[in-house]
Amino acid sequence: MAGSGVVTVYGNGAITETSKKSPFSVKVGLAQMLRGGVIMDVVNAEQARIAEEAGACAVMALERVPADIRAQGGVARMSDPQLIKDIKQAVTIPVMAKARIGHFVEAQILEAIGIDYVDESEVLTPADDENHINKHNFRIPFVCGCRNLGEALRRIREGAAMIRTKGEAGTGNIIEAVRHVRSVMGDIRLLRNMDDDEVFTFAKKIQAPYDLVMQTKQLGRLPVVHFAAGGVATPADAALMMQLGCDGVFVGSGVFKSGDPARRARAIVQAVTHYSDPEVLVDVSCGLGEAMVGINLNDEKVERYANRSE
Amino acid sequence: MAVGVLALQGSFNEHIAALRKLGVKGVEIRKPEQLQSVVALIIPGGESTTMAKLAEYHNLFPALREFVKIGKPVWGTCAGLIFLANKATGQKTGGQELIGGLDCMVHRNFFGSQLQSFEAELLIPKIAAKEGGPPSFRGVFIRAPGILEVGPEVEVLADIPTPSNKTVHSGPSVESQEENGGSENKVIVAVKQGNLLATAFHPELTADTRWHSYFLKMISDVSEDTSSSTVSQSTEDLHFSEPPIYDLPIYQQQ
Repeated sequence: MAGSGVVTVYGNGAITETSKKSPFSVKVGLAQMLRGGVIMDVVNAEQARIAEEAGACAVMALERVPADIRAQGGVARMSDPQLIKDIKQAVTIPVMAKARIGHFVEAQILEAIGIDYVDESEVLTPADDENHINKHNFRIPFVCGCRNLGEALRRIREGAAMIRTKGEAGTGNIIEAVRHVRSVMGDIRLLRNMDDDEVFTFAKKIQAPYDLVMQTKQLGRLPVVHFAAGGVATPADAALMMQLGCDGVFVGSGVFKSGDPARRARAIVQAVTHYSDPEVLVDVSCGLGEAMVGINLNDEKVERYANRSE
Repeated sequence: MAVGVLALQGSFNEHIAALRKLGVKGVEIRKPEQLQSVVALIIPGGESTTMAKLAEYHNLFPALREFVKIGKPVWGTCAGLIFLANKATGQKTGGQELIGGLDCMVHRNFFGSQLQSFEAELLIPKIAAKEGGPPSFRGVFIRAPGILEVGPEVEVLADIPTPSNKTVHSGPSVESQEENGGSENKVIVAVKQGNLLATAFHPELTADTRWHSYFLKMISDVSEDTSSSTVSQSTEDLHFSEPPIYDLPIYQQQ
């Protein structure tokens, strides 16, 4: 390491096994191109066009936004491939889609469609409550959710090339996303000040692979791109996530469940670029119309999607 | 001396980190007036439509065109290449605004979607002649554009073989295409025209800083022509007292 910023792909282990087909650097590379951008949930080609026009750096194609999944209940699954194809046809920016946790066949289908990223998401009903997808087996890169550092590093070890906080999708309530970002960043700060001898026990405590914990300590950040997600509804929410140290933002229901989606989408995109410039944030936050209806998370009856996987 | 890096979206942190390794300060550029304090500009990789939208919202295009026109060095990687091109195909419905200046025709997402993203060793004789090092460079192509045609004043710095039966969304992976050899079609992936440099791949994602140092030499050449100030690769601009900026690792195969 020593300042050069160069690391080899973790050991000679699992990650390099599939490197012939799609090296980890190429998987991480696309995520790096998304940095400083906003990824928006869209349910049809028309919404995808609105998102692209607003300046989204990618779209997430799905059948129902998380707020509707919450309202309607039932089992949420991968979207109809035809819908994903239509959305892919409509835009030139990268297209992502969600697969259920542990449902590797859904991921295979998404890979065959030729989309750009798979989100192994807790927003859909999990297919496997113990195991995640072995993401090394795929040429397509994956993004996964996390609530804390240990969970993030476990996902990276499974092959995720991008991490997002889980937050609490479909609530329009930023509190959980803040909690999760602070937890990850706080643990990294703790780790940086830790004696090397203590890292073994720390790795055990957070249930993460030692080599990745050590690499995180050296880098002072997660070794892959880290986005925020789950509850972002306003430009201010998005800028808050950026100021807390995230590389970009996912907006789910926040855009298309609001009064004026095109305008709000545009405002959130600008807020992420100019996140540390309050004057720009004032400009973009003015007159956006109604935000999505929020859900108070003190209510015990609200299901916590974030707790669906470890 | 400071080199500006357009920081609207994309891999601007990676460029700043690469410049820092060479002892040069990279400055984030988000607003037109910030361009006045820098001698050169790097337009990073990212989503070109997103960057074009953000540049449009903050009225950056006139200032960027002026920057190119007065002959200050500008380097575009990937999305930046699209920005600098005079013509681009494969754009979103309704097209997007470009800066222009580079006499070439660029195809967005020439190689296809993420599954067709790849790494390849590129032969870069002109860079190696000036910067030393091995004759090839590990090019990382992420949903990369390709340069279809260039004007007479454009110097080609690198190209890559491409199959004649290129089909974007199906077909074999690029690696197997390369193994087929035989195909004579080549697509241009790095060019230089006057003070404009453009690459379809991402030197900021590799540890090899020869492209960055090549660009810095272009800046020195300009400074010597116009004024006495030279590119000082000294440490004067490095603020070691500032909190360190943590950045992503560079992944490379063993």
